[in-house]
Amino acid sequence: MMNSVPEPPGPPDTGPAVTAHDLTVARGPRTVLRSLDFTVPRGRITGLLGPSGCGKSTLMRAVVGTQAKVTGTLDVLGHPAGHPALRTRIGYVTQAPSVYDDLTVRQNLDYFAAILDPGRAAADRRHDNVTRAIADVDLTTHADALAGNLSGGQRGRVSLAVALLGTPELLVLDEPTVGLDPVLRRDLWTLFHHIADTRGATLLISSHVMDEAERCHRLLLMRTGEILADGTPDSLRTRTGADTVEAAFLHLVDQAADAARAKETTR
Amino acid sequence: MTTAPAPTRGLNASRTTATAARVLRQLRHDPRTIALLLLIPCLMLVLLRYVFDGSPRTFDSIGASLLGIFPLITMFLVTSIATLRERTSGTLERLLAMPLGKGDLIAGYALAFGTLAIIQSALATGLAVWFLDLDVIGSPWLLLLVALLDALLGTALGLFVSAFAASEFQAVQFMPAVIFPQLLLCGLFAPRDTMHPALEALSDALPMSYAVDGMNEVLTHTDLTATFVRDVLIVGGCALLVLVLGAATLRRRTA
Repeated sequence: MMNSVPEPPGPPDTGPAVTAHDLTVARGPRTVLRSLDFTVPRGRITGLLGPSGCGKSTLMRAVVGTQAKVTGTLDVLGHPAGHPALRTRIGYVTQAPSVYDDLTVRQNLDYFAAILDPGRAAADRRHDNVTRAIADVDLTTHADALAGNLSGGQRGRVSLAVALLGTPELLVLDEPTVGLDPVLRRDLWTLFHHIADTRGATLLISSHVMDEAERCHRLLLMRTGEILADGTPDSLRTRTGADTVEAAFLHLVDQAADAARAKETTR
Repeated sequence: MTTAPAPTRGLNASRTTATAARVLRQLRHDPRTIALLLLIPCLMLVLLRYVFDGSPRTFDSIGASLLGIFPLITMFLVTSIATLRERTSGTLERLLAMPLGKGDLIAGYALAFGTLAIIQSALATGLAVWFLDLDVIGSPWLLLLVALLDALLGTALGLFVSAFAASEFQAVQFMPAVIFPQLLLCGLFAPRDTMHPALEALSDALPMSYAVDGMNEVLTHTDLTATFVRDVLIVGGCALLVLVLGAATLRRRTA
């Protein structure tokens, strides 16, 4: 049912899901993102990797349209980022779980589902969507527990379930696996791949854990507001002659530092 | 599933009622707050009744004024904390990234706390009129109407100031800052026309003055007076104005 929908009229849905050109974000006096150029391909999982504080969350907030003081060009699913038409098409999970602690898991999802797909006529569809989203994040047995009584990892999954409602075309997930045990992390990555494969959704997932990079189709490596490298995990390893993405990242950081030093001395 | 265009202007009735239902559902998980909200005004009225045991006329006038002031204060407190929590927990950012109009959110809050205020005011008014011998010449329904508008005004003020509070500590401090001056100048402690002219002029500009004035009109007149209608319109208008100001403090894009 969901897959047989004709493409909505408008720009053709073949280009990248996200295209950024000269993207710059200032927070107060500080420039957090410096003139970034990148694309996020459709229907794939793109990992956004880099150390804490390098601007990953700011980049994601810019894509979702909640970040102020964004300059440059940033197109998301054929619209400028933050366009009202995008609000039903993007699922966004912030780093800290953003759910109501004084509601149960199901009540949280019921409410957000009613915002995405309002009206009494949609009640059955909403109920199905909510039940599926709870099952997707493996919380069916906790559906009637208060979100505030769940563990940190479980609350994070409630937050993720909210983003899975309404089958979004683009999922922006800010460190969704942080603090989870290995089994759950593996299950979530399986879910992410399932979503990309069966629903054709685009996923942009940030992490500061480099071993998660291997699970992505493409990577954007970030450091201090700049994109160091962009490519598949294999190509990054080959380019740098490193065994792991982590080693590739460190190699690129050293290279960038050397280049900066060389620039200083020639000046 | 078709991708419906996301309406952000005007109100969407389903999203507004869904928001109101959510706010009430959150409260239902907090029975102690509900009990405090509903019982404290009643207890205060009982207290007041026996404080003025010897002068029932004083109880009439102060009691009627308090029936208008309670909903304003309690709804102010509850709303400012509730919306502050919405801002700090990230749920506001999430909602505003979804197809929810700012008006839907504000109206949802107003609807939820308005409902609560009706129950609170009905209990307090019923208790005062039937059990504590509050002498009201006009209709108790009109008392209830003013109380409801006061509650909406409190909700509106709470929503508005929560934008300027970075923590619960600050939010609570806005109560004395915003409410106390109105309380002192509304005519509860001294008739407004006996105040220093500058203060009297100031009290003319504060909405609570009209709330208390409206209550006293019902207390002393059998029929709808022009003054009462003016008071009700001013309180209602102020509530609406501050609600719109509150909506303007919600930003989809933040630093």
